[in-house]
Amino acid sequence: MALLSFERKYRVRGGTLIGGDLFDFWVGPFYVGFFGVTTAITATLGTLLIIYAASLGPTWNPWLISIAPPDISYGLALAPLREGGFWQVITICAIGAFVSWALREVEICRKLGIGYHVPFAYGFAIFAYVSLEVIRPFLLGAWGFGFPYGIFSHLDWVSNTGYQYLHFHYNPAHMIAVSFFFVTGGALAFHGALVLSSVNPAPGEDVKSPEYEDGFFRDTIGYSVGTLGIHRLGLFLALSAGFWSAVCIIISGPLWTRGWPEWWSWWLNLPIWS
Amino acid sequence: MARYQNMFTQVQLRGPLEAGPPLRNATFTRTGPGFYNYWMGKFGNAQIGPIYLGTLGMASLIFAFLSFEIIGLNMWASVGWNPVQFVRMLPWLALEPPGPEYGFSMFVPLNKGGWWLIAGFCMTTALILWFLRTYIRARALGMGTHVAWAFAAGIFLIITLGFIRPMLMGSWAEAVPFGIFPHLDWTAAFSIRYGNLFYNPFHCLSIVFLYGSTLLFAMHGATILAVGRYGGEREIEQITDRGTASERAALFWRWTMGFNATMESIHRWAWWFAVLTPLTGGIGILLTGTVVDNWYMWAVMHHYAPGYPGTGVIDPATLPGAPK
Repeated sequence: MALLSFERKYRVRGGTLIGGDLFDFWVGPFYVGFFGVTTAITATLGTLLIIYAASLGPTWNPWLISIAPPDISYGLALAPLREGGFWQVITICAIGAFVSWALREVEICRKLGIGYHVPFAYGFAIFAYVSLEVIRPFLLGAWGFGFPYGIFSHLDWVSNTGYQYLHFHYNPAHMIAVSFFFVTGGALAFHGALVLSSVNPAPGEDVKSPEYEDGFFRDTIGYSVGTLGIHRLGLFLALSAGFWSAVCIIISGPLWTRGWPEWWSWWLNLPIWS
Repeated sequence: MARYQNMFTQVQLRGPLEAGPPLRNATFTRTGPGFYNYWMGKFGNAQIGPIYLGTLGMASLIFAFLSFEIIGLNMWASVGWNPVQFVRMLPWLALEPPGPEYGFSMFVPLNKGGWWLIAGFCMTTALILWFLRTYIRARALGMGTHVAWAFAAGIFLIITLGFIRPMLMGSWAEAVPFGIFPHLDWTAAFSIRYGNLFYNPFHCLSIVFLYGSTLLFAMHGATILAVGRYGGEREIEQITDRGTASERAALFWRWTMGFNATMESIHRWAWWFAVLTPLTGGIGILLTGTVVDNWYMWAVMHHYAPGYPGTGVIDPATLPGAPK
């Protein structure tokens, strides 16, 4: 059922990666496809497991529910369900759902005849998640190094993991990641603001053209990256934030086991001044 | 398989440089005709400049320069004016605010934090002058003032950290030092002192908006590049006269997650997410130490953090002989 006035003419067959016409249909506004089915299965199973594991836990307080990974003593083995096995199965379901979602986005891109930039970008988010829950625990040799599934329990994990390295702000990749997050926020504010200021001009004014957008930024800082460039810049900044976040946690433990402030002693001991 | 994904501009046009739209009520003219740069043109516009300097812009740059120099010279002085040690120790060097013994006094000896006050004043002045500049530059082109107000949200957070909260706490010592590692040390110490800022609900909101902003820019940037073959980057045109680029961009998200923005509304989402990051963060800072002394205890009290199990250790402050 196409709801937007122009939607009907875009709802065409084809573009699927797998399954041919089998799941090539919509449910309400949602496209289904083969990967929509796998997304639904993995997401539903994962969610039900979270609820079931929560029911075995001590609380139904949504802020406090936590499903923890196995103890470090299990290493990279499978654990009994109530001792981290739920976490392991939920993690598999989550990865299955995320990858299915990305592939479903690819099918939608093909259907609409547009580039694959969104699933490519989403891949960085999946990579960051897999870094935390699979790559780093694998390199450290125990699933217990993954973060628990809970609203405030995962924040505790971030806190505790950070302080294991004394002061995580000194992690150089963390510095780069945070800088990219802040710059992305600033760039997003300016891009959103610039477009809004053109189509919502001063009272009594006509809507302004991109020449005015370029004019405003050239007048203010001497350069305007332009209507196409700002979207390349925004995508680059945002993906860099995610990428360096993944790097900063993968290197903590597998590459550097001491406090991050100490890492900087290489700078103090450079041969040019020591 | 390899095909054009619109990540770099393949054909660059060269013609007369764009002078910019006419300015209204301008004291100055624009400086320089501008010039082309090939490598900038691969990624965005090739044209660099012209720029409008103007009274506010130049005044802002002077105050920014003063602030920068005061900080740098104080750091250099702190290593006995040794140029090699200045570079070697630079990431660790600081210009610290006045100590707690000076309270919120405006009159502090220069080497006891007085320079910090002056540098902070110059930096704040530079930022406010730059805010006025963005406002007036927009009006000189007949545009809305959304950029200025977005910038003001960032200034609010800076002033909160360096002025409003120290004022409420009655001590400059609460403010953030200037310096690369020192301001990171301040951040970590601040979180520990007030019982882990992760339990501050406004910190939670600020992080949500920060990550949300990054997510939104990845989604928006990627969507526009994906529909670039249909002219999607001409957003104003798509807003005022919807074309197939806008329709495909909307349908992509509608089919993916059951909901879509429009070409205009995505920029409202963007503006609000980005602006709410420093606004909610600033509120969280304002409440810390003034209203709430320990966010973890506050979270336990409000049932969103588990209490510690009893340790059996008696708090000496509760014993009869303890000082009251």
